[in-house]
Amino acid sequence: MKYVDEYRDGKLARAIAETIRAEADPAKTYHFMEFCGGHTHAISRYGLEDLLPPNVRMIHGPGCPVCVLPIGRIDEALELAKNPKVTLLTYADLMRVPGSKGRSLLKAKAEGCDIRMIYSTLDAIRIAEENPDREVVFFAIGFETTTPPTALAVKAAEKKGLTNFSVFCNHVLTPSAIRAILEAPKTGKLPPVKIQGFIGPAHVSVVIGSNPYQVFVAEFGQRIVVSGFEPLDVMQSILMLVRQVNDGRAAVENQYIRAVVPEGNLAAQKLCDEVFDLRDRFEWRGLGHIENSALKLRDAYARFDAEKRFAVERIHASDNPACECGVILIGAKQPADCKLFGTVCTPETPMGSCMVSSEGACAAHWTYGRFRDKAKKNEQRIAS
Amino acid sequence: MNAPAEPRLRHRKMDVKSGRVDLSHGSGGRAMAQLIAEIFHDAFANEYLDQGNDQATFPAPAPTGGRMVMTTDGYVVSPLFFPGGDIGSLAVHGTINDVAMGGARPVALSASFIIEEGFPLADLQRIARSMGEAARDAGVPIVTGDTKVVERGKADGVFISTAGIGVVADGLELGGHLARPGDKVIVSGSIGDHGVAIMSSRENLTFETAILSDSAALHGLTAVMIAAGGPSLRLMRDPTRGGLAATLNEVANQSKVGIRIEEDRLPIKAEVAAACEFLGLDPLNVANEGKLIAVVAADAAERIVAAMRGHPLGRDAAVIGEVIEDDQHFVQMTTAFGGGRIVDWLSGEQLPRIC
Repeated sequence: MKYVDEYRDGKLARAIAETIRAEADPAKTYHFMEFCGGHTHAISRYGLEDLLPPNVRMIHGPGCPVCVLPIGRIDEALELAKNPKVTLLTYADLMRVPGSKGRSLLKAKAEGCDIRMIYSTLDAIRIAEENPDREVVFFAIGFETTTPPTALAVKAAEKKGLTNFSVFCNHVLTPSAIRAILEAPKTGKLPPVKIQGFIGPAHVSVVIGSNPYQVFVAEFGQRIVVSGFEPLDVMQSILMLVRQVNDGRAAVENQYIRAVVPEGNLAAQKLCDEVFDLRDRFEWRGLGHIENSALKLRDAYARFDAEKRFAVERIHASDNPACECGVILIGAKQPADCKLFGTVCTPETPMGSCMVSSEGACAAHWTYGRFRDKAKKNEQRIAS
Repeated sequence: MNAPAEPRLRHRKMDVKSGRVDLSHGSGGRAMAQLIAEIFHDAFANEYLDQGNDQATFPAPAPTGGRMVMTTDGYVVSPLFFPGGDIGSLAVHGTINDVAMGGARPVALSASFIIEEGFPLADLQRIARSMGEAARDAGVPIVTGDTKVVERGKADGVFISTAGIGVVADGLELGGHLARPGDKVIVSGSIGDHGVAIMSSRENLTFETAILSDSAALHGLTAVMIAAGGPSLRLMRDPTRGGLAATLNEVANQSKVGIRIEEDRLPIKAEVAAACEFLGLDPLNVANEGKLIAVVAADAAERIVAAMRGHPLGRDAAVIGEVIEDDQHFVQMTTAFGGGRIVDWLSGEQLPRIC
């Protein structure tokens, strides 16, 4: 497969792994957070953990849009779907995410709610056009990557004069989440996590560019390497971070030069700015309430805002107290540390969203990596 | 009804009192295995069902003697006509294959139709003729049937159920529980073709591809394998719903072993890999309708693969891995990178109504 296989070349990966092992100083530790679930997925799917020396540790970050969505928002969507006039459209990832009381969109669909999975926001527009007697609501989630397609759908709905289309907007912003994690030691709101560098987002950075990360170098002395989602991209980015640590440097570097430019995609940014406005604050699963961290529709597009159209009432719901998604999302714990992992919480019966999305840290560990747990536990037992 | 395979059901039991069937219960993954175990096995339990294979092998009553195999399968594929086949040919091939995987020679089929009011007669005729042709080509006649019509909206065009019976040669013992550490795992050809062909013809997702469904009757190939392998053959399975991943996990669980496969050795067509890439699917989870996997004694693997390659449906047969000891019964894969990963059951629904 042209332009894909090149980035999955096993020989090259082993060569980079060799270089990382040669250059990583055994006297030092290297703790890097891969922000995105896409990177977590690549690391697990290709078994990259097995290629890294033990002192290079990858910490899974919160960059999984489904995972950071608080339970209350799922409950609100379920309320929307109960309205007999509403057809709720969603990306497939969200279908099995648990709301409170074990409810989910998949179960609501089985109970008769009109909930449909779509691949593209263009499908949402088509469905709204074809069903003028239905109130078609698009459950929009995602970081900056999926925001422009939602903006396009709103513009298209406006142009076509659709009066039965609206968006339940849950778009969130990457830099706000990175800031919340970095400020944790200061604010005390989150457990502090030792991070010496970030594998920076791929697709998000295609839209926003690499410039928005400069502030983290200036303010926190952090290292960020914007990285593609292919396994070789991740390996090369890890090497770049190891070199920054070894050189005592902190900088934003761009490994994903085939797609990311410093200023990002200006047309997409302009489009999003036209349609969306900042929310004062928004609740993130695991990270709590973060100011200026999410988007809502601008007043000029209020008629496409499902929250206004259906007067959606805020629902505050708590996670299962034993679920550790929150601390796993910020890298303070690993999936296997959670008591629920693999016992009551599995992809079939997820207790937390990290077990649902293919980008979630728990799902990635369950699906690809859990065979290592027993050996690791044995090692720990022997060591202690 | 597929293998119960005793998936590691450490998690909660189904909520039978207030729960409802959702699409994940039909996807060939763990949710379906749980449904079968807790609803159907619970109600039907008997020694033949407990074999946990896609077919049951049982002694034919006196005075006939010998052993017979029986299987049944429902077909609800959407769309009804797809590149490389249709619901009719699929219903014939799928049931023949379930008989053949038991090591049996298929003898006869039955066909039952549930037809929605308003369904075009021309389509019904096309499907029936396709079934007839598939059955004749395979040399396995459809000897009995049933027809029901339901009101508009109570079905989706047409649903077909077929059943098949076959006879097993004396001395041949095959079963999902017979894999042993050291055995080799063979696949008969490229994986994922059927699922991708179906996806490419879905109304809301049309994309152009040259991929055809691999739908085919495999009893000729299995006969060749039985002749070449004899008692070295431990088991055969056709990896349909849930793909290779689900089938290997079923085997690992039934035989209480681990399986390790090599990513580099998996036969996957470039077009299938590309389609899976942009649809976000793993070819290991995508359905096949004309492929089989076999677990065989290591010293017979080369001989069996050579025999398979001499058959048109086994030209790309290859050893893809081996059975290992693992008390956790994981299916693992050595990635092209040299790292390790699990090959898990599918969670939830990947592609609804592929067969």
